[in-house]
Amino acid sequence: MNTPMRFILAAALCVGVAACAKKATVVESQPDARPVAPDTTSAVDDGMYGPEDLETVACLRQRVVYFDFDRADIRSEAQDILACHGKYLRDRPSAQVSLEGHADERGTREYNLGLGERRGNAVSSALQANGGSGGQLNTVSYGEERPVAEGNEESAWSQNRRVEIVYTAK
Amino acid sequence: MTPRIVLLALLLLGSHGAALAQGGLSGDEPRLEIRNGVAAAIPIAVVPFALESAGLPPDTDVAAVIAADLNRVGQFRTLARQDVVEYPGREAEVKFPTWRVLKQDFLVVGRVQDAEGGAYRIEFELFDVAKQQRILGMALTARAGDLRGAAHQIADLVYEKIIGIRGAFWTRIAYITSIGKLKDRQYALMVADSDGYNPQTVVRTREPLLSPAWSPDGRRIAYVSFERGNSSIYVQEVSTGQRQVLASYKGINGAPAFSPDGSKLALTLSMSGNPEIYVMDIESRRVTQVTRHFSIDTEANWTPDGRSLVFTSDRAGKPQLYQIPVTGGDATRLTFAGEYNAGGVISWDGKQFAMVQGNGNMYRIAVLDRSLGSPGETRVLSPGNLDEAPSYAPNGSMLIYAASEGSRGVLNVVSADARVRQRLVLADGDVREPAWSPFRQR
Repeated sequence: MNTPMRFILAAALCVGVAACAKKATVVESQPDARPVAPDTTSAVDDGMYGPEDLETVACLRQRVVYFDFDRADIRSEAQDILACHGKYLRDRPSAQVSLEGHADERGTREYNLGLGERRGNAVSSALQANGGSGGQLNTVSYGEERPVAEGNEESAWSQNRRVEIVYTAK
Repeated sequence: MTPRIVLLALLLLGSHGAALAQGGLSGDEPRLEIRNGVAAAIPIAVVPFALESAGLPPDTDVAAVIAADLNRVGQFRTLARQDVVEYPGREAEVKFPTWRVLKQDFLVVGRVQDAEGGAYRIEFELFDVAKQQRILGMALTARAGDLRGAAHQIADLVYEKIIGIRGAFWTRIAYITSIGKLKDRQYALMVADSDGYNPQTVVRTREPLLSPAWSPDGRRIAYVSFERGNSSIYVQEVSTGQRQVLASYKGINGAPAFSPDGSKLALTLSMSGNPEIYVMDIESRRVTQVTRHFSIDTEANWTPDGRSLVFTSDRAGKPQLYQIPVTGGDATRLTFAGEYNAGGVISWDGKQFAMVQGNGNMYRIAVLDRSLGSPGETRVLSPGNLDEAPSYAPNGSMLIYAASEGSRGVLNVVSADARVRQRLVLADGDVREPAWSPFRQR
């Protein structure tokens, strides 16, 4: 079965902060080929991720997916993050991830709880499409309650519209 | 140190198409002048009350509290203190020509006397200046520490006598404070008098709090807290601090709202996969699903007859207000003006809906007035640009809402006719999520 490695977008709006600036270190894979991470230092080089890779592999160290205003669709620059984390989840069945969904401050707080959850669920679907299984993923929404940036303008808002990938078990 | 709310400047705005609360609950005819379709503010003089007690003067200026209340509601304009030239304390001392010359329609006088046990007895009288007649005279007893409460009750009685609707000055507000930056924040749920005085902490956490909702008897507050890691709904007795978790399901637990009879709670749960409105029977904790749609359905509030819920849904693409029977069924869309409408609250008579209306980056409080039928007229009450969380006073005469001043959240009270807006500011930190209490029980 051919599992497409590219994530197909419902709508492509690419504005603001690029979520994954460093793409070069993970080699894009061909269908049916195992991807290889050049700077992996796993003890056994079988092409599978190990827990230490979470701290050493550049793509796995990217833990945040960003979103456009009022949207929950995954942007193209997040594809690589989702690919490597999806593979990690497939390689490590014991891994558990909490997907923490957030929204910027505009609009009502309760609606933003829903928006944060919708984003978390979108990342969950994408990770499952990339190899993770539903039982490894749990979505929690904080709405607009846990911003990382303060300020009533887009430079702060764009940083707050995000899903954080948090490993609760490696 | 308990944060103090300090009342700041009174902002007088131009009046715009007044939609004043109608209806005579007390049986008297409403006394309003309508000129050119716009009701003028009623001039009223509140004379400093005579101090007839033996001990130290009380630290509360009762007349000033009454005057501030009457000014806040937009329908009155009180005579400035410096223009009060005579100080009658009782009917025998009132010279009506003085007040006619000062163009006052009404006059309030009173006196503070000692009562048993260190309490005060406050007597007040209300006069119709043109008719040269006393139209109200009463006495209240107030504990030493609660002269403000007595003053608010007097303002309510004066308001009701003239306007014909129960006053809402002797009420409280609940709100959330957030102090500190980003990850070091501390949150508190607070309750204060509705003019911001006497704040008390109800609960304090290191995790976010939101959506406080009063029970109809004013004794409990339901709220959302993240102290368990995920959102959960608590209900807490205000006087004792006792609380319990009502909902902590997988997913979102949000937007609690008590039914008018206090026996049920509308809430938002996403355990089925997306946020839906449910109704919980509080005693049995049994929940029944009301909405069934893949969109975000949240922020339910009850119509006064307890039979329908008004809620926010993005089933049409962006959030709008809808109405649905409590028993479930078809949802009817209510809002058609503005690209974003959310957080709807309903006035006591079920005819006005206040909400957050968004257009681009501008978020303001708007009111949909359906007193003349549907679809109704929408008017904007606040300047923006990040206004949210409107809550009605129980008589519909005022709204409190959250606004942003720079990086700090503040609360504003705006009169329903949009004539007057006042800011309440917390000494430190950020204030949000106000909820106006029901009428207080004497």
